Amino acid sequence: MKAHKKLDKQTFHAHLFDGMSVMVGGFMTCGTPERLIDWMLESGVKNLTVICNDAGYPEAGVGKLIAAGRVSTLIASHIGLNPIAGSMMGAETLAVTLVPQGTLAEQIRAKGAGLGGILTPTGLHTPAEAGKSRLEVDGKPYILERPIGADIALIKAREADQYGNLNYAKTARNFNPVMATAANLVFVEATCRSQAMDPETVITPHVLVDYILTEVSDGR
Amino acid sequence: MDAKTIIAKRIARELHDGDLVNLGIGLPTWVANHIDPAITVHLQSENGLIGLGPSPDPKDADPDLTNAGGQPVTLQAGGMYFDSVTSFGIIRGGHVDVTVLGALEVDAEGSLASWIVPGKRVPGMGGAMDLVVGARKVIVATTHTNQGKPKIKTRCALPLTAYRQVNLIVTELAVLEVREDGLHLLELHPDTTLDTVRALTEAPLHVGTYTMMEG
Repeated sequence: MKAHKKLDKQTFHAHLFDGMSVMVGGFMTCGTPERLIDWMLESGVKNLTVICNDAGYPEAGVGKLIAAGRVSTLIASHIGLNPIAGSMMGAETLAVTLVPQGTLAEQIRAKGAGLGGILTPTGLHTPAEAGKSRLEVDGKPYILERPIGADIALIKAREADQYGNLNYAKTARNFNPVMATAANLVFVEATCRSQAMDPETVITPHVLVDYILTEVSDGR
Repeated sequence: MDAKTIIAKRIARELHDGDLVNLGIGLPTWVANHIDPAITVHLQSENGLIGLGPSPDPKDADPDLTNAGGQPVTLQAGGMYFDSVTSFGIIRGGHVDVTVLGALEVDAEGSLASWIVPGKRVPGMGGAMDLVVGARKVIVATTHTNQGKPKIKTRCALPLTAYRQVNLIVTELAVLEVREDGLHLLELHPDTTLDTVRALTEAPLHVGTYTMMEG
């Protein structure tokens, strides 16, 4: 692995700052990089804006950051399995923006693909439309949804090769590949590393990846 | 038969060979247990797979293989994985034949409320808004009432999941089709009466010829 792409805790902490925005891959913590989240907790960084499919569980995924009071804003499609997030939302100690799951994926894709937004019929006539523009194309109404990016993305991969190419495990893929396109810096936690992946099996090209922590490395 | 089984069995009959189907969490999941073994239905889980199989033995559970509720699942032969962008492209792009989901309220215009009770319960919409807008056929699986109160209304009072997208409502008492002019009774359960269903439905019912649901 190229030296500049291998991640240690000190390097990771040097990139964190209060008030930053963080995209975290995973779906109900399946495909969430738990070690990188633990390192974030240890750093003490706070006032975070977290973009994630859901709020995880109170003791897993981004739920750990929420429970520790490090998150001020959460953008997610679902928080129902994390009662702490629900009560913090009620107490207004956590601002939660709920976004339809497919819209969230497309907003992140738009950022990563250099688009000015996307038009979706999802959410018309619902609270998801509040404060947004409605546009008609060929006589059909759509909501204009803006791009979502972040300062950093935390990605969980199955395999990373020495160049930084990535693939993913089963349904642990979910939001990880698209989030790897939409952040200024992309940190990857990979289960295993290899010399070189079959180019046909690469899901995320190495040019999108900045730092990799593998479970076999001495990153701890 | 209990209400859940009546509803799940009836909805399973709406599925056709080769259909791509998304079953919501809870009662809709039960539909999978009643699909005719003579047909092949491809089940999608919106977190990123098609070819959803039965739950594994706990000892065989793979933490990297879950459904949209986060529960361990299996993949059937021919199944595959994809990312969330592809998953919702399939959903929004009209490639899902049938989606089945629950309701807090559903109305005579085919609008659905299923994701929020303001001030009480705010779990979020997850993928439901995309599924209801994108699927070719939207079936609501719900008990006819909640603690005796009608869930089928002239207009939903709760914030919507989607406006005018529901095609069929299946309860333990009746099967109702949503048409331009409102709700039409297609089937009635033999253990109830038309008057009872009318009394427990807070919307006008069009009643022409109808058949009896399987007891």
